[in-house]
Amino acid sequence: MRITTTVNNERHEVDDVWEGESLLYMLRERMGLPGSKNACEQGECGSCTVYLDGVAACACLIAAGQAEGRDIVTVEGLAEGDDLHPVQQAFLDAGAVQCGFCTPGLIVATHDLLARDPQPADSEIRESLAGNLCRCTGYEKIIDAVKLAAGRMASTSAGGGA
Amino acid sequence: MEFLTPTSLQEALEAKSAHPDAKPIMGGTDVMVELNFDHYRPATLLDLTRVPELAECGRDNGSIKLGAGVTYTRVIAELGDQLPGLAMASRTVGSPQIRNRGTVGGNLGAASPAGDSHPALLAADAEVELSSLDGVRRLPVDEFYIGVKRHAGRDDELITAVYITPPQGPQQFCKIGTRNAMVISVSAFSIALHPDRKEVGTGIGSAAPTPRRARDAEIFLAEALEADGRWESRGALPEGLAREFGDLVKAAASPIDDVRGSAAYRLHSLSVMARRSLGWAWDDYTSARKA
Repeated sequence: MRITTTVNNERHEVDDVWEGESLLYMLRERMGLPGSKNACEQGECGSCTVYLDGVAACACLIAAGQAEGRDIVTVEGLAEGDDLHPVQQAFLDAGAVQCGFCTPGLIVATHDLLARDPQPADSEIRESLAGNLCRCTGYEKIIDAVKLAAGRMASTSAGGGA
Repeated sequence: MEFLTPTSLQEALEAKSAHPDAKPIMGGTDVMVELNFDHYRPATLLDLTRVPELAECGRDNGSIKLGAGVTYTRVIAELGDQLPGLAMASRTVGSPQIRNRGTVGGNLGAASPAGDSHPALLAADAEVELSSLDGVRRLPVDEFYIGVKRHAGRDDELITAVYITPPQGPQQFCKIGTRNAMVISVSAFSIALHPDRKEVGTGIGSAAPTPRRARDAEIFLAEALEADGRWESRGALPEGLAREFGDLVKAAASPIDDVRGSAAYRLHSLSVMARRSLGWAWDDYTSARKA
């Protein structure tokens, strides 16, 4: 079947999509967007977290057909040109990236968290990232990165408003 | 494979009637896993995410009508104070990503004995609405589960809503798992106290072929509270009552050994959860009077 979606503000039209395939497969294998990672294919690891109509979800659990006509944002869509999003920069600066496989999902999940709660408590960070597995870092650096991003984004928006 | 995308309830019912073997899909948190692992391949997928009627919730003749397509995130945000037991269960589902997509209707459709919403629905005397072109019927939720991952809906029917009477008393939910998120429960329990009718509701999860109530425990507790006027006095529970209640809950279960836990552990944990959750519910009930 043919699927038409908007991905990272660009209209994509893809043919010969199998009715049972996931949005994740379509993004990676048919649209050339490999940022969303394919690991567990059962919603356990969060590596494929994307926004579907503004709602964070695991792309592996969305049927491609369910994305027809919808608006999707992947990790590739967060940076503005060469300027990394503050969440991405914070992950680099805090040492929250080791092998990097879980990073795209964690970036999107953190982006979603900070949009809902710009100054999350530790418990809220842990709860919000509970669906994203990392096997390298032990999570401490990731939590540092979330706080670093939150602080920078708060000072940027405060500066911008002044 | 066919992929059907009805955009109204009428269209969805027509599609299900024309394709009785079609697999309904909402959040995909169960169905897509089966497809990704090629565990089975339905001839037809029936996408219900574009059916606006299923995403509605509101009051209906004193009951809360929860559309089958309402996500856990919405249950928590919109119904947290009206349906506390179900909201507590919803908070324990998966992760934010899963709660953003998963629905109570989907949980019912999967009818897994481990589904998180089932114990809370059982304790609250929920009813499941099943719709087809022939009409609409409602089933008490404890008649809905008929076997492991099997429910009483017909092939031409869709699960369209759940009806729950807003509780007049406290509700509690708890579950056991290896971590605090992303777990399929090892065992789960929910309790609802109904002081308006001097009854008790319970629900057991992951400890029998289907989610089920602990009827003997419900009757025992309701009668014990009635016998010494405790529904009115709201006095402290007598020594041993919660433990006996827990033992009766345990006796109602018939778990198996599997990868998530042993039958013996499930039985023990159920008795502990039942005892503790009664204590929490009773604390809620007694503090409600003071408030």
